[in-house]
Amino acid sequence: MVLNISNSLREWLSTMMPETTAHILEMVIIALIYLGIFSIAGLFLVLMERRVAAWFQLRIGPNRVGYQGLLQTIADALKLVSKELTGTERADKFLYNLAPYFVIISSLMALGLIPFTENFQAFDINIGIFFLIAISSIGVIGILLGGWASNNKYSLIGAMRSGVQTISYELSVGLSLLTMIVLTGSLQLSEIVEVQKNGWLIVQGHIPAIIAFMIFIIAGTAETNRAPFDMVEAESELGAGFHTEYSGMKFAYFFLAEFINMFIIAAIATTVFFGAWLSPFGITESLPWLGIFWFLLKTLALVFLMMWFRWTFPRLRVDQLLTLEWKYLLPINLVNIVIMAWVVWQNLTIQI
Amino acid sequence: MQESTTINNFKSEEYFINMGPQHPATHGVLRLLLTIDGEIIKRVEPDLGYIHRSIEKMCERDSYQQIVHLTDRMDYLSSHINNEAVCLTVEKALELEIPDRVKVIRTIIGELTRIASHCLWWGVMGMDVGALTTYFYGFRDREMINDIFEETCGARLTMNYNVPGGLMWDIHPNFVNRVKTFIAHFKTKIPEFDRLLTENIIFQKRTKGVGILSKEDAISFGASGPVGRASGYSCDVRKYHPYSALDRVTFNESLQTEGDTFARYKVRIQEMWESLSIVEQLIDNIPEGEHRIATNAVIKLPKGEYYQKVETARGELGVYIVSTGTKNPYRLKFRSPGFSNLSLLNHIAVGGKIGDLVATMATLDLVIPDIDR
Amino acid sequence: MSVTGKYFLNSRKGAITQQYPDNRDTLKMFERFRGEVIMPHDENNEHACTGCQKCEIACPNGTIEIIWDRGIDEYSGKKKKKIDKFVYHLSLCTMCGLCIDVCPTDAIEWGQNFENSVYDRTKLTRVLNKPGSKLRPGIED
Repeated sequence: MVLNISNSLREWLSTMMPETTAHILEMVIIALIYLGIFSIAGLFLVLMERRVAAWFQLRIGPNRVGYQGLLQTIADALKLVSKELTGTERADKFLYNLAPYFVIISSLMALGLIPFTENFQAFDINIGIFFLIAISSIGVIGILLGGWASNNKYSLIGAMRSGVQTISYELSVGLSLLTMIVLTGSLQLSEIVEVQKNGWLIVQGHIPAIIAFMIFIIAGTAETNRAPFDMVEAESELGAGFHTEYSGMKFAYFFLAEFINMFIIAAIATTVFFGAWLSPFGITESLPWLGIFWFLLKTLALVFLMMWFRWTFPRLRVDQLLTLEWKYLLPINLVNIVIMAWVVWQNLTIQI
Repeated sequence: MQESTTINNFKSEEYFINMGPQHPATHGVLRLLLTIDGEIIKRVEPDLGYIHRSIEKMCERDSYQQIVHLTDRMDYLSSHINNEAVCLTVEKALELEIPDRVKVIRTIIGELTRIASHCLWWGVMGMDVGALTTYFYGFRDREMINDIFEETCGARLTMNYNVPGGLMWDIHPNFVNRVKTFIAHFKTKIPEFDRLLTENIIFQKRTKGVGILSKEDAISFGASGPVGRASGYSCDVRKYHPYSALDRVTFNESLQTEGDTFARYKVRIQEMWESLSIVEQLIDNIPEGEHRIATNAVIKLPKGEYYQKVETARGELGVYIVSTGTKNPYRLKFRSPGFSNLSLLNHIAVGGKIGDLVATMATLDLVIPDIDR
Repeated sequence: MSVTGKYFLNSRKGAITQQYPDNRDTLKMFERFRGEVIMPHDENNEHACTGCQKCEIACPNGTIEIIWDRGIDEYSGKKKKKIDKFVYHLSLCTMCGLCIDVCPTDAIEWGQNFENSVYDRTKLTRVLNKPGSKLRPGIED
């Protein structure tokens, strides 16, 4: 759909200006569209988190600004924009200012790969999954920079924890996705979706796929630094962790990036395990534009699951966090890959 | 002065960090000077005085009726029990015969205060280890108790319901019904607390074997209340020196022997059950009678020294009055439970992680105004 | 998770939030709630305060100041103490209730108003007896 629009856009642009300029302009326009959509979407994710948390906690949640509080986070964003940008005195100014952009850009870049419908995908690269993992781990550099440059001990502890955590859990995210790639035989996201027309991968791969999914969602929660793995912020231990010294819009970038990252993790899980925009049992196969609905439904269900984790479980301690990864998730993952390979070799997959 | 020398004598891998006075985990304005090696705590030094209001000195100025309301402001989570302690001391000095009705009502409200305090502690404990939802569940149940207090005493937190010689008012006609409703409600909620937090594997991993306090240390540091009992030190004042109506009820002292954070947690959960059973035993037969016996408008204690201890939600609170026969005490000393419990923090937190320190501090159940007075 | 899940599903019914400024009309405090000290006047603009100053003595914080005078009582014709101004410093009050407890004529009692915030500190110093009010006849301490 969007691809069609972008094709017509490209034709229209190339009638007016040289090929290269048109190409660049087209990219810029698409980038701006994505930026617009997802900063708004991020704000609504924040709202969703707040409402969901409120319902878990016997509260009502924001319900004043707009109908049922729909405009609440927009108002918050406006407030954050208008706030003064404070900083610590002996902070490394350059890195300090750079950090939020690292975080937000890396998370927005990852969005470009996600196949919302058959056509609504900005960038269908043939190493899709690999690219996603690579991009989403750049974000941690921003966190490290922010924590280091703030010249605050709490921030520094938070940043170091973040580094340790992300590097460890990156392995699990990668390996659990690798398990599924054994099944699909391709890294390209559109092909992964294509394979799933014979049944979602979590069904096709049955037991090893379910294990891989569980590992992915645990490691993914850890990757986004959300409770129960929110060692980085650890409100009751470190104040606000790495973004203690940030205010105004810079803080908002960190905050928004957290939610967009959560959306990305859920979107990857949807794509790889739950058939992306494919409807269950092909009930709306004749209406391809409904793909976006199915995609968002599945993604938001996973996002909700992650929120449920967050508002239920206590936080792990930093050494337990590492024990969980290195002593449990990683060996299980490695065994799981072998099982998956055996399943694929013996043709034990379930095809609908 | 000592700080600056320690900073200069650092080994290269250690660093110094200020936890508080404005920190989410210190529940008030406690300042901890931490020496940390990476994540491992080398030394904890509490620094007090940020909320010192010289309550003991103010007590020397005030008459005995006026002292009572100051004690609300010490350990604000067990304000009724604090009031009771002062009143009991004054009544002991005056050798007043307190009506049974007063004794029973005081005990019921005291135990409800304990439940309310533990509810709040449970919520905050969950929050400190990262489960934010517990906070609201704990407060929901505490709110019911606060409503009971507000109806009978007129205030939710600083109740000031006791006066030397009895109670300010008789209980409200709705009191008994409300308490019964609460008991029925809360009996379904404690198992829910258990399911949400106690049985959670992450929570158990976080708390088991953390911040271990041996029985000998508990005694030598003067630990009391749930902190002491979690180490196997049987120290319940309600059991050994029963006051008010506590001698006519049966209850078990909740004891654990592990002495770690999880034991302290379990003692408090157990204590909620015990308090509930005490209230249940008393609520049906509140004796008829006076709610207050007349005292002189100006109370003058006979010359001498008087001491009375009670069990607050945090431990043993002692009130020591030296009277010279005037209308004001010559000296009044509070032995507050939080102060001694805080003193052992350095002993049990060293060697743990920052996360352990927070969990340990949560189970010490510190109320800073109680420590600082 | 089962516990939080259950509450999530029952969220509509179970919400314990008090939507405070909206429920002002229905929000009713308990009758013993200690909001502020008031001095009730009857329809003839008469109160029950004899100016005995017991409350002033009982107060731990100097919250109450009574400015009094001696004048001829209209009913009995005797010279009697009567209050000129009953000054109540809400900013100093700790709501301990000792003044109301000690008052022999029940001239002062608790009001249920809890919205005590004002922009100007001087508004917290109140004169409780209304202008031109008198002592209700027949009240002796």
